[in-house]
Amino acid sequence: MNRSLEYAKRNIRRTPFQAIAASMVMFLTFFALLSFLIVGAGSDETLKFFERKPQAIAFFKEGTTTQDISSIENALKSEDKVLSTKYISKEDALKKYQEANKDQPLLTELVSSSILPASLEISTKSPEDLSLIADILSREPVVEQVFLPKDVIKNLTSITTIIRSVGAAVVGFLLIFATLVIVMIIGFKIRLKRSEIEIMRLLGASPSFIRNPFILEGIFYGVAGAVSAWIVSYGLLWYFTPFLKGYLGEVKLLPVNPLFMLSILGASVSLAFIVGGLGSISAVKRYLKI
Amino acid sequence: MILFDSVSKKFGSSTALDDVSMEIKQGEFVFIVGPSGAGKSTLLRILTRELLPTSGKVMVATHDITKIKDKDVPNLRRKVGVVFQDFKLLDDRTVFENVSLALEVLGKKDDEIAKQVEHILKLVEIWDKRNLFPKQLSGGEAQRTAIARAIVGKPDVLLADEPTGDLDPKTAWGVIQLLNEINSWGTTIFMATHNQEIVNTLKRRVIVLKNGKIIKDSKEGKYE
Repeated sequence: MNRSLEYAKRNIRRTPFQAIAASMVMFLTFFALLSFLIVGAGSDETLKFFERKPQAIAFFKEGTTTQDISSIENALKSEDKVLSTKYISKEDALKKYQEANKDQPLLTELVSSSILPASLEISTKSPEDLSLIADILSREPVVEQVFLPKDVIKNLTSITTIIRSVGAAVVGFLLIFATLVIVMIIGFKIRLKRSEIEIMRLLGASPSFIRNPFILEGIFYGVAGAVSAWIVSYGLLWYFTPFLKGYLGEVKLLPVNPLFMLSILGASVSLAFIVGGLGSISAVKRYLKI
Repeated sequence: MILFDSVSKKFGSSTALDDVSMEIKQGEFVFIVGPSGAGKSTLLRILTRELLPTSGKVMVATHDITKIKDKDVPNLRRKVGVVFQDFKLLDDRTVFENVSLALEVLGKKDDEIAKQVEHILKLVEIWDKRNLFPKQLSGGEAQRTAIARAIVGKPDVLLADEPTGDLDPKTAWGVIQLLNEINSWGTTIFMATHNQEIVNTLKRRVIVLKNGKIIKDSKEGKYE
């Protein structure tokens, strides 16, 4: 195996432009793969965040007593579709408002607890039960308005589905393309080394001695592309974290969990190993007759 | 050592070898002569199992060429060194690396390879050229490199297909003297040639092929 590695290294070193071209194609493939994976995982987490959030918020009319609210809360708790409820008093609402707008003192100065309504946040076990709970709440005379973020979830679900489908199609296409590029480059190298292979055969080289360097070379291109794509993706994510954090607001996705990044590095290196190996084995089977 | 028993080889309708039978013993130096197209190269290519005979039996040492499994072919080839008229050296490797290749395929370790290659390059008198590439060598030096590569793995048989064909007479004689010396160590030499002077001077066994048939097989023979 050491000799095969040495030969593979020599093959790569002696045709640097082909090596760069192959690694760049693999880089592009894995960069797209990692981008879709990161965006997909991010939107999944965002969706979960909204699904976990109190999904319906009932705002109470001015003058509603805590007794009225407690009886509604107790009635809701008896429904098996309800996961949890949380009462937000006028004072709590003010605190939340002040926390959210702490960077804009003018906005916080103008608002007092008297103008903010008390509310009840209700989380259901399943998003489908949300409309039913909203109907129950709407019938309560003390309820001014029911806010239902189902449209947000609906949009997010369709965005996540699109990201997954488009991502799978693009990455699938790129993986096939990358495999074919490896087949082409390794095939070309086999032809280029025809006389060397012929001499090796006559000297009594075993088939694996001749084949292994080409297979290792294909795997190297795959792994080099995947690792460099991971480094660039992680770098970009790290660089844009401050900007994206502000954009995501309450959704706590960033900074990205290093364990998640390590797991996708492992996954992409494994995939690269398969793509590079598959491409080079196909080339060896097709072009290397021993 | 080498046995051909009623061997024929056909390429479509043309016959390259026709009922060839002969035996070559360990340590013999045998010339195979004949006009172009007589079947000399076919004979040598059967011995390296690049070609299979259409009929007949061929034995090299303990290997039956016609029955040997694909996985055992490398082992056969390790026992048979080959030297070509056009040297077949790798242009992107130095003399040292070209000769090392024969030991690398055998799975030898680097320090062992270095020792054996040094020994063989000194023996064929091109140690001082070890860092040169084939394009920087003369014909004689290139052929010595090819011979060094063929014998460094200590094969039982050395096949030489017109090894002096591209060399001037003086250089050709140097190569023949080298092959003679290798033969004196016990290596069987089987050499295809057109060179009458060499055959007639060396007075070794001569097998004459014509139209794929052996027409003469004589000890201390001549090439007329």
